[in-house]
Amino acid sequence: MILWIAAVLIGMGALAWVFRFAGQAATGNAPKFRDMPFGVAYGYILAVLVVGWLIWAYFQGRSSDTAIANKFFFLRIGIEGFIIFAIAAWLFRLAGRRVGTAWSRKMFRAMPLTAAFGVMIILIYAILAIFAGLLAPYGQEQIIPGVAANITPGGDPALGGNPDFPLGTDQIGRDILSRLIYGAQNTVGIAFATTLLAFFLGGTFGFLAATFGGWLDQVLSRMVDVLMAIPSLIFALLLMTIASVWAPRLGIPLTVFMVIIIAVIDSTRVFRLSRAVGQNIVVMDYIEAAKLRGEGFGYIIFKEILPNATAPLLAEFGLRFCFVFLTIAALSFLGVGIQPPLADWGTMVRDLSGFVNYAQFAPMAATAPLLAAGAIALLTVAVNFVVDWMLHKSSGLKE
Amino acid sequence: MQRLALGLLTLLIVSVVIFVAVNMLPGDFAQAILGQGATEESVAAIRRDLGLDQPMITRYFDWLGGVVQGDFGASFASANAASFSGTTSGVKTVAQQIGPRFANTMFLAAVTAVIAVPLSVTLGILAALYRNSVFDRAANIFTLTSISSPEFFLAYVLILFLAVLNPIFPSLSNIYDGMAFGERLNKSMLPALVLTLVVTAHMMRMTRAAIINLLASPYIEMARLKGMSPMRVIVKHALPNALAPIINVVALNLAYLITGVVVVEVVFVYPGIGQLFVDSVKTRDIPVVQACCLIFAAAYILLNLTADIMSILSNPRLRHPK
Repeated sequence: MILWIAAVLIGMGALAWVFRFAGQAATGNAPKFRDMPFGVAYGYILAVLVVGWLIWAYFQGRSSDTAIANKFFFLRIGIEGFIIFAIAAWLFRLAGRRVGTAWSRKMFRAMPLTAAFGVMIILIYAILAIFAGLLAPYGQEQIIPGVAANITPGGDPALGGNPDFPLGTDQIGRDILSRLIYGAQNTVGIAFATTLLAFFLGGTFGFLAATFGGWLDQVLSRMVDVLMAIPSLIFALLLMTIASVWAPRLGIPLTVFMVIIIAVIDSTRVFRLSRAVGQNIVVMDYIEAAKLRGEGFGYIIFKEILPNATAPLLAEFGLRFCFVFLTIAALSFLGVGIQPPLADWGTMVRDLSGFVNYAQFAPMAATAPLLAAGAIALLTVAVNFVVDWMLHKSSGLKE
Repeated sequence: MQRLALGLLTLLIVSVVIFVAVNMLPGDFAQAILGQGATEESVAAIRRDLGLDQPMITRYFDWLGGVVQGDFGASFASANAASFSGTTSGVKTVAQQIGPRFANTMFLAAVTAVIAVPLSVTLGILAALYRNSVFDRAANIFTLTSISSPEFFLAYVLILFLAVLNPIFPSLSNIYDGMAFGERLNKSMLPALVLTLVVTAHMMRMTRAAIINLLASPYIEMARLKGMSPMRVIVKHALPNALAPIINVVALNLAYLITGVVVVEVVFVYPGIGQLFVDSVKTRDIPVVQACCLIFAAAYILLNLTADIMSILSNPRLRHPK
């Protein structure tokens, strides 16, 4: 196995050398080939091989022999998905450049394809989350009478599917498509609320610490230091243990505790950022002027500091949202997050995960857990693409 | 020295936070062990046994004193089982439970680090060298994707491709004592690969950013103008100066490895400390939760401290303060 890999790597090196040499000979020592470092030539060969292998794998996935087709089924789906999403993002950007206000058209013109993809996915998720009740064919907790459990996704009766349930049913006969759609509402909604709360807490205290300074700043900063010394997922799990005992006694749903716990843990990171940003702004002349005018602290924080801190805070909001979203998904996956019967992607992955092992014989069955996990990944990837673009734009990092 | 003291102080305060948090539980441990059908006398007896009749501050210092000597107390779950069988000899201490699992987790983290650190630094240098090329963009998209995917998604994708469709590695990491090293490595390969994917992405992006930050400096311009090859410019001139941020991010990611293993260990049923932690959270085995939490926090603080010290050592200006 290792010998094989080494042989391929060395063979590619030889190919790269031949490629560069042939290029030099064929073009009469054109500068492009004459100055080409060996690494670049190697990169070209590697890229050609990878693309070639992907094309080969794609047609293997379409082969008529089911054993081979099953083996490459997921690669095929992945490649198709990638191409479809790329085209959709391109069309979306094209549409954005034509339709809308002057401001949004300008924004779309300067947008890289990845960011357009991100914006598109976020819009789709937002629509799904808001209109989940209208879009989902069944209820999230509804166990449909007369329908078998564990129907395979795909809707093909020959493979154990059912056209009425395009993504199949779960282990107790609930429609997976409906649960995925409601999951957008629950998981994304709860994560969004948590992030808002974290920003409210962290932002308020951060700006307070920056404007007042002195002992308040010291006390708050040291508290945050201690809280940040405990890894966040571990701390969240510890507090959730305690909350799970308190929740039934107080009659408050565990989810509320989860929102508060994660918001508090995450607000420490927001505090750090907003304090740093705030401190940079507080020393500006216009703040001095506002203070001399006799404005109150509320005015200075909301009218002077906040508008000037929006850009970094907005980017941070995206990153924090991803982080909170992943934490909630992880907690749910571990079984201490969002509680059933609420549909939630993390829980769905855990419940359906056993089906991955059937991939060789029934690839459709194995897609069920990956759909839920993929739904989480898709959103966080989308948000990260947008944030990456925003940071790139605001930092002016051009080199 | 000052930093060391600060680290110790932080650890001490963290232990207070953990202890206080755990003591916010309603009722007390004695009732938790015996359940609802407990008589007054037996509750009082257990309370005396575990020292729960003492005031909170005394208990905190007892606990801390034990922890320093490596004694984390008795696990409730095993105390519970022992009380059913009517003996007290079968009570497993928390330290006995944690010990071997801690070694397993360290093994997993070490395997991951050995793969991830060289890989990510090399890839980061390459991405900085060929910045804004197709390779850089592809690497950017790939790393962003793997940073932002949840660990369990990456884990199931790898299981799908490397265990189910192409049986190269086993999808369950049932590791036990006295296993041969090769087999152990083979069994922990998939979890290590998942962790590698997650941390490599982060480390690589930071390496790239740290190097690119330096490329605008005059001495890099000078090196370029005297005709040095781009690779040599980066390795000889940029890399030594970018070492501090790189070491920092490597240490941070190693800290992540020790703490972020929780989800990965659960997916692969890897008998590490993270899985023990999740199990005890579910059974509310408080002493174990407390101990695991403290160990994670200690590892985290220690690695952050190492990062600080290493970045001072790598920078001559900080090594010899004026």
